[in-house]
Amino acid sequence: MIAVQDLTVRFGSATVLDGLALDVPSGGGVALWGTNGAGKTTALRAMLGLLPFDGTVRLGGHDVRRDGRRARAQVGYVPQQLAFWDDLGTLECLQWLARLRRAPIERAAVLLERVDLAQHGRKRVGELSGGMKQRMALAAALLGDPPILLLDEPTANLDAAGRADLLALLADLRGAGKTLLVTTHRLSEVQALADRVIVLEGGEVRLSCSADALEAALYPFATLRLVVAPADEAAALAALAKSGFTTHANRHGILVRVAAGRRAAPVEALLAADVAVEDLWMEDHWIEDPRAEGSHVEGDAWTPG
Amino acid sequence: MDTRVIGLVARKEVRDALRNRWFLLYAAGFALLAIALSQLSTGDSGTAGYAGFGRTAAGLVNLVLFVVPLMGLTLGAQSLAGERERGTLATLLAQPVTRTEVLLGKFAGLALALGAALLLGFGLAGAWVAARGGGVEAGAYAQVVGAAALLALATLSIGFLISSAARRTSAATAVALFVWLALVFAGDLGLMGSAMTMRLPVRTLLGLTLLNPLEAYRIGGIAAITGGLDVLGPAGVYADRVLGPSLVAVLAAVLVAWCVVPLIAAGVVFARRGIR
Repeated sequence: MIAVQDLTVRFGSATVLDGLALDVPSGGGVALWGTNGAGKTTALRAMLGLLPFDGTVRLGGHDVRRDGRRARAQVGYVPQQLAFWDDLGTLECLQWLARLRRAPIERAAVLLERVDLAQHGRKRVGELSGGMKQRMALAAALLGDPPILLLDEPTANLDAAGRADLLALLADLRGAGKTLLVTTHRLSEVQALADRVIVLEGGEVRLSCSADALEAALYPFATLRLVVAPADEAAALAALAKSGFTTHANRHGILVRVAAGRRAAPVEALLAADVAVEDLWMEDHWIEDPRAEGSHVEGDAWTPG
Repeated sequence: MDTRVIGLVARKEVRDALRNRWFLLYAAGFALLAIALSQLSTGDSGTAGYAGFGRTAAGLVNLVLFVVPLMGLTLGAQSLAGERERGTLATLLAQPVTRTEVLLGKFAGLALALGAALLLGFGLAGAWVAARGGGVEAGAYAQVVGAAALLALATLSIGFLISSAARRTSAATAVALFVWLALVFAGDLGLMGSAMTMRLPVRTLLGLTLLNPLEAYRIGGIAAITGGLDVLGPAGVYADRVLGPSLVAVLAAVLVAWCVVPLIAAGVVFARRGIR
């Protein structure tokens, strides 16, 4: 459904995307993962023919360069920069886009209802919040009932509840047979929407793996925070060091670097040393991958430090 | 090419123009100045007939020379650059449309809006003269209005060329204002200065004059009102002698070329740059 070969984008003398290749079958899901500036948005824009590019892009069997109109008719696009015509009414804007796509006008109201914006249809687009615009963008992308959805950080403007709702809706759409290509730097989105993930860095493909393998590939180590009684702290640190763990203690507890898949091991080591564990929880991923130098991780989001 | 898409984009462009404060300001200003000119031109002529009309038409030609290119250039310059800057160009081009359709739709919409503003100004001025008992030479007046419409399209086309290459509205507007100043002053002071310092032959002077769409309009307007170009001095007499009855066709061809060539160039630049 999406076939991309050797996609290269240059801005002047700078190559911002270098030789991207991907193949997404009908109903499949692929995530483009990377930090800001990795080339994710550029890739989607080039695939839509919005930017000049080298290589070939076929969407639903249509070559974007030779038959852009038919290729774009196969695609609903949710951009990262949510840009609509602010002085149009929300419903009016969707109806205008529906006319451009030769979609039934009534579909605009149906989709507003589906993204829970029906009561805001008469509001000017400029009056909508960022989260509402994000949902409106998804409604706009679905106007022509396209088989392919290109989603550029589709939950970027949403709060936690809104993100969960949108992910559920997108999962439904995928279940209904839509083909998804989504850019993100959230693990939860990769795992919810994609089968495979392509990691971009500096415009080049660094890694291509299954969605399930991404976490282990990117974050081979995690941080476990253990709380023990103050009197047991020295014994706990000694026991953990003896078992080969890297640790760091502060007044909030003991941070233990732990390999993915062995998260219970520090607790076992402490119990074996007769140290009682009062509390524990997983914290950020432990960044040791040299590719991530200068980066830090918050929750499941990897952002430049 | 899908004319339905062009129509949809054009309709939206007309709607946007009617909400654009700059367009409304230009249109209202042009209409008010046109009425003021009519009042001044017919004020002391009473029902003297065609004298009032001639003065009004001549005044309108000079008004058009300043106001219409300013409208066309700035509105054209803001069209694509504005959408590019706001990000809506990406939203629009991500739909099943082509860049040519978008370009032509936006051009057609703004051309209609400009045409409406011109008709309003000329219509009110003509009605004012007629209401005060002045006779209106319909043929000459229509020629002046038609030439003004071509000038509006020509400057709009140049504005689109500027817009196709600009990322920011402010930069596009600044270039448009510079081009406006260059066209206005290159016609008068520039050519006069060049003719004197370089001792240009009359033929070269006429050729250079006709290259400027504003001058082509001015000559056409004067010819329509006075029936000759004597008031332009030796260059006018020379133009009359060389071009004779084909003068109107040559001037129209110059203006049409200014409408078409920059728009084609805009299409080429827009196709290469896309949303960047």
